[in-house]
Amino acid sequence: MSGVLRRHGPVLLVLPGFVLIAGLFVIPVALLVATSFEDQAGAFVHYGRILAETSYLRVVLRTLLTSAETAFICLVLGYPLAYRLDRAGSVGKAVILLCILIPFWTNLLVRSYGWIVLLNPQGVVNVLLRRWGLIHGSLPLVYNTAGVLIGMTQIMLPYMVLPLAAVMSRVDPTVLNAARSLGASPLSAFVKVYVPLTLPGALGGLLLVFMISLGFFVVPALLGGPRDMLLAQLIEFNVNQTLDWPFAGALSTVLLAATVALYWIGERFFGLRRLWGAA
Amino acid sequence: MTGRLANVALASMAGALCVFLVLPTLIVAPISFTETDFITFPPQGFSGRWYAAFFEQPEWWGSLLTSVVVAAGTTVAATVLGTMVALGLPRLPPRASRLVSFFFLLPMIVPTIITAVALYTPLAKTGLIATRPGLVLAHTILALPFVVINVSAVVQKLDWRIVDAARSLGASPVVAFRRATLPALAPGIAAGAVFAFLTSFDEVVVALFISGGSATTLPVQMWSGIRFEISPIVAAASCLLLVVSCLFLSLAWFLKRK
Repeated sequence: MSGVLRRHGPVLLVLPGFVLIAGLFVIPVALLVATSFEDQAGAFVHYGRILAETSYLRVVLRTLLTSAETAFICLVLGYPLAYRLDRAGSVGKAVILLCILIPFWTNLLVRSYGWIVLLNPQGVVNVLLRRWGLIHGSLPLVYNTAGVLIGMTQIMLPYMVLPLAAVMSRVDPTVLNAARSLGASPLSAFVKVYVPLTLPGALGGLLLVFMISLGFFVVPALLGGPRDMLLAQLIEFNVNQTLDWPFAGALSTVLLAATVALYWIGERFFGLRRLWGAA
Repeated sequence: MTGRLANVALASMAGALCVFLVLPTLIVAPISFTETDFITFPPQGFSGRWYAAFFEQPEWWGSLLTSVVVAAGTTVAATVLGTMVALGLPRLPPRASRLVSFFFLLPMIVPTIITAVALYTPLAKTGLIATRPGLVLAHTILALPFVVINVSAVVQKLDWRIVDAARSLGASPVVAFRRATLPALAPGIAAGAVFAFLTSFDEVVVALFISGGSATTLPVQMWSGIRFEISPIVAAASCLLLVVSCLFLSLAWFLKRK
């Protein structure tokens, strides 16, 4: 008995978890992918539908566009915040980290609900803007694309800032001093030395945010309008409303393939797993 | 001069972003104490009526109970399985070890919506849809990567000589594990357990597909609350969720420091 344990111990330790993940996760996902190719009219019928039907194709394109916009906004906002985080004293660092980590571990629904409270036509933002006389009616900030982008940016910002700050902390300050002492202005030292040095972090952050955004479901469903449906919502719709599993399988396969491809690129070129770890 | 101006601009932008990040979380607290039937700003009066309502309506406090039970079950299952995996992984042949450790990260990489759809069929076939055991199984899959990551980090730093010393001094494998290995791994296991609890307690997407009836979790109940009634009771529920999350996060932070 103890001989068996010693020889096969590691395998026996890993086995129960392996069986659970294989049986209830990997195999079911594989079966879902398989159903998408099952049709008497041919293996790619359901994929053809995604391309042929404008409304479906539009959902796919909108998902790509929304994810790209989220990633870009996160970079524009996250770069200065990461820079400030890297340069801050110990108190400043703690405050900024706290502000990043509080929402990071706040329930997605709580945050979405918070945004509805803040952004709806009778919400905090519109009430304050009206009181200060800046607007007369109300700004359409939620239940539309703006709401989706605001919600997604707030959720994805930490995934951009933490990897960026990790890369920034490794930049050798003497390199910047060297550029300055060789006659570069602060601006050109920043643009020509600092930005290229932190570029891998920025690209890795863009990729990470884009990849995770592709599968977003809760935020677009709660903060978007009827015309803001993204891929994950279309999958849910086909499973729960039209019960079209093969088509839901095809949509899932598209989302899965995109995510896996992006993860592979990220792992290969940017050490994505390490960046994810930093977040 | 321009340098100072740039610094002020940078600091105010960082300040504004910090507000942007925490505001949607913090705004639910004042709203939850309103006296009015609707969400109003500024909140009028100060009352605990929405908390009272939460604990009077069985669909709300029942869902909180379900969430706690499911999260506790998930914590036990994921922590035990994940710790075993983290102990076994480094002792597998190197290639197998790398492959299998990637395998255990998959539930973190694959979009949750796909996990939810894929899980539906096997759970339906075994009659586990809308049951607490079904939710525990599903959440254990999502929580397992967090336990494996956290425990692997301490296993890497484990000094196996203390285990060997215990064995050579006559401890049985079980005693050596309990008194030498386990205490050394405790901080990682505890951190993994906290993240497993939070993963389950906060989870929405999978639960939306597979919960129902008496096995409805608090996030699912909030989902319908936000979509269909928008009463301040959702704010009270949000605050309760936040308090539980904060307690567990401070616990994780405390354990990691020790």
